[in-house]
Amino acid sequence: MELTTIWFILIAVLWIGYFVLEGFDFGVGALFPVLGRSTQEQDGETRKRVMLSTIGPVWDGNEVWLLTAGGAMFAAFPHWYATLFSGFYLPLFIILVALIVRALGFDYRGKVDSDVWRQRWDWCIFLGSVIPAVLWGVAFTNIVRGVPIDADMEYTGGFFTLLNPLALLGGLVFLGVFVTHGAMFLALKTDGPIRHDARALAVRVGVVAAVLAVVWLAIIHTDTGTALSWVVAGLAAVALLAALAKARQGSEGWAFTGTFVAIALAVASLFIALFPDVMPSSTDPAFSLTTTNASSTDYTLMIMTWVAVLFVPIVLLYTSFTYWTFRKRISGHHIPAVDTPEDETVVTPQS
Amino acid sequence: MEALELARWQFGITTVYHYFFVPITIGLSLLVAILQTAWMRTRNPEWLRLTKFFGKLFTINFALGLVTGIVQEFQFGMNWSDYSRFVGDIFGAPLAIEALLAFFLESTFLGLWIFGWGRIPEKLHLACMWLIHLGTVLSAYFILAANSFMQHPVGYYNNPETGRAELVDFWAVMTNPVQLVTFPHVMTAALMTGGGFMLAIALWHVWRQRTPDSEQPMYRKAATIGAIAVLVGGLGTAISGDLQGKVMTEVQPMKMAAAEGLYDTVPEGVGAPFSIITVGTLDGTEEVWALTVPKLLSYLSTGTLDGGVEGINDLQADYQVTYAGNELTEMEDYRPIIPVTYWTFRLMMGFGFAAMGIAALALLWLWKGKEMRHRFWYWSAIAVMFLPLLANSWGWIFTEMGRQPWVVFGLMGTHTGVSPGTTTAEVATTMIGFTLLYGVLAVIEVGLILRYTRAGAPEYDGESLDPRDRADDEPFVFSY
Repeated sequence: MELTTIWFILIAVLWIGYFVLEGFDFGVGALFPVLGRSTQEQDGETRKRVMLSTIGPVWDGNEVWLLTAGGAMFAAFPHWYATLFSGFYLPLFIILVALIVRALGFDYRGKVDSDVWRQRWDWCIFLGSVIPAVLWGVAFTNIVRGVPIDADMEYTGGFFTLLNPLALLGGLVFLGVFVTHGAMFLALKTDGPIRHDARALAVRVGVVAAVLAVVWLAIIHTDTGTALSWVVAGLAAVALLAALAKARQGSEGWAFTGTFVAIALAVASLFIALFPDVMPSSTDPAFSLTTTNASSTDYTLMIMTWVAVLFVPIVLLYTSFTYWTFRKRISGHHIPAVDTPEDETVVTPQS
Repeated sequence: MEALELARWQFGITTVYHYFFVPITIGLSLLVAILQTAWMRTRNPEWLRLTKFFGKLFTINFALGLVTGIVQEFQFGMNWSDYSRFVGDIFGAPLAIEALLAFFLESTFLGLWIFGWGRIPEKLHLACMWLIHLGTVLSAYFILAANSFMQHPVGYYNNPETGRAELVDFWAVMTNPVQLVTFPHVMTAALMTGGGFMLAIALWHVWRQRTPDSEQPMYRKAATIGAIAVLVGGLGTAISGDLQGKVMTEVQPMKMAAAEGLYDTVPEGVGAPFSIITVGTLDGTEEVWALTVPKLLSYLSTGTLDGGVEGINDLQADYQVTYAGNELTEMEDYRPIIPVTYWTFRLMMGFGFAAMGIAALALLWLWKGKEMRHRFWYWSAIAVMFLPLLANSWGWIFTEMGRQPWVVFGLMGTHTGVSPGTTTAEVATTMIGFTLLYGVLAVIEVGLILRYTRAGAPEYDGESLDPRDRADDEPFVFSY
C-alpha cells in the first residue's frame, strides 16, 4: 500500500479517535443544563459534580486526539492542512474559543465557592461543548461534499458558503449523536438518579439523532459514496439502533459500545467516501486536493510511519490504563465537600 | 493595517501569552515532582502539604498553557497557509510527533495525578508527575527543533518542481546546531522561571505576618528550593546563552549585529566592543554615540578577543546580492527592527541576572535563618515572580524579531508566508477576539493564583493516601 494511503487511513483513525472519545465529553457538557438540574432526589450541584467527575480524568487526553490529528495533517498532507485551516477560518476560530472556555470551565469551575462563578463556567462548559460539536459536523459535511477551491489550492468561498443546509444538518447530527453518546456514557459511569435519567434521555435523544443521521448519511453517500462507504454507513446506523435497543433493556455497557462503534463507523464512512480526495473542489474536480497532490514526501511519511508504529501502541496502552483506573461508577456520596479557599479580601455582609 | 501585519501581531500576542505558561509548566512540574519525591522518602507532612499547594497552582497554570497551545497549532494553517505549504514536509513532523509523544503523556498523566489522589498506588501517583515533566521536556525538544529550522534550515532540499522545502535528513533537523544550544537554554530558563514562581510564593508567606510562625520552616524550605532552582537555572541559561551567541554569529550574523547595534564590520584582529548603550540615527543606518566594553563582543560571538564581527550595513549589502531574483527571498531590507533586537537582548539578560541576584540574596538570608519580614522581601517576591517570566518573553521576542524579515532564514521572507485567501477583516476579527479573551483569562488566572497563594498550603490531617486503606464508597480525595 502507498504511504500516502496509509497516512490517509491514519488520519482517519485519529479523527475517529477524537470523535468517539471527545464525543462523549461534548455530550456530557451539552447535557449539563438538563441532567444537572435539581430534582427531588438530588440537588443540581451534586449532579453537576458527578457528571464532571466522570469525564474529569479523561477529557484532556481526549482532546489531544484533535491536536494529533491536526499535527498529522500538517506533517503528512501540508496542503490539506493549509487549505482546510485557512479556508475554514472563522468556524475554526469559534471552535478554538469554545474549546478554550470549556476546558477552563472544567478546571476552574470548582476553584471558587460562589454560585455566580459556577454559573458562568457552567455556561462556558455548555456552549463550549455544543458549539464545537455542531461546527465539526458542519466542517466534515463540507469537506466530504466539496467546497470552492481554485487552481492554487485556495478556498474561495466565504463563511456562509459553509453554512449550507446539508452542512447544518450534519451539525445537528453530530450534536444529537454526541449527546446520545454522552448520555450513554453517564448511564454507564454513574450510579443513582443520574444513571436512570441519563439512560432514559439517551433513548429519547437517540431516536431523533438516528433519524437525522440516516437522512444525512444517505444524502452524502448518494452523492459521493462508494459501495464500501454505503456498507460502513449502514453498519453505523445498525450499531446506533442496537445501542438504543440495548439502552432500553438496561445494559449500559453494550449501549455505550454501540454508540462508540456507530460514531467510529459513521466517521469512517465519510473518509471512505472522501478517498482518494482529501478536499474535493466544487469549482472544478481538477482542482481537488488528493492524497497524492497534497502529501508530503515519501521520506517524511516514512519517518512519521515509524514514529506512529512505535508510539501509538504506547499511547493506547496508557490511555486504556487511565480508563481502567477510573472504571468505577460515581455517585453523589463520592463527591467531597466544597474545598476552596475563603475569599479574604471581600467581606460579604449577611443580612 | 493589512492582513500580513495583523497576522504577525496575532502570532506575537498569542505566542508571547502562551509562553507565560510554558516555562512555568516545565519548571514547576520538575519542582513539584521533587517535592512529592521528598514526601515519599521522608514522610514529613510538610512535603505533602507543599506538593498539594504547588500542585494546585501548577494545575491552574497548566490549564491556560494547554488551551492557548491549541491555538498555536491551528494558527500556522489559519494565518500562515503559504508558509505551511512551503515547510510542511519538514515542519509538520516535529509538531505531530510533539502531540503524539508529549501531549498525550502530559494530559493523560495529569488527569491521573489530579484525580488519582487516594485512588492509585502512591508510587504510581508520584511517577505520574515525573512523566508529566518528561512530557514537557519532550514537547520542548520537538517544538524547538521546528523553531530551530526556521532560524537555521538544515537537512532539506529546496525543490524547484514542487516549490517547497523537502526533508532529506530528519536526524539533521533534530540535531540542528541551533537546536543543540537552544534546547538547553530554554530548559534552564524554564527551570529558572519555575524556581522564581516557587520562590516568590514561598517568600511571600515567609514575609507575611499572618502566616503562622509554625509554618515558617515549611515555606522557608520551599523558598530555598525555589532560590536554588533560580540560581542553577540562571547559571545554565547564561552558559548556554553564551554558546548560543557563538552559533548565532555563525548562522545568523545579522541577528547578532542587530542585537549589538553594530553597523560597520569589525575586521579580524581588532576586537569588537560590546555595546552597553548605542544611540543610532533615526533611520537606523548609523551609530551616533556608544558606551562600550572593549573586545567583549568579539569574545561573545567568536570566543576570541579579536575575532571579526560582521556589521549590519555590510550584511544588508551582501544579502541584497545573494537573495535577489527569487520571489520568496528578494526583499528591499534584510534588517530586523534594530532598536527592538538591541533592547530585547539587553532586557533579557538584565532581567535574568536581576532574578539571580534576588535569589542569591534570599538564599543567603534563608541559610542564615534570618527573619525576612522587611518590606524589601515583599517586593523581592513580586520581582522574582515576574523577572524570569519577562526575561523569557524578551528572549523570544529577540530571537523571533531578530530573525525578521525571514520566516525561514534565507529561504522564505515572512511576507510570503501569510494565507493569501484570508481577508484583513477575518484576521482582525480573530486577533481582537483572541486578545480580548486572553485579557479576560489573564485576570481570572491571576485572581485564582492569588486566592490559592493566600490560602497557603492545605492542612494535612494524617489521613492515609494509600488506596488500600480507603473504602469504595468514601468520598474521593479530589473531584471537580
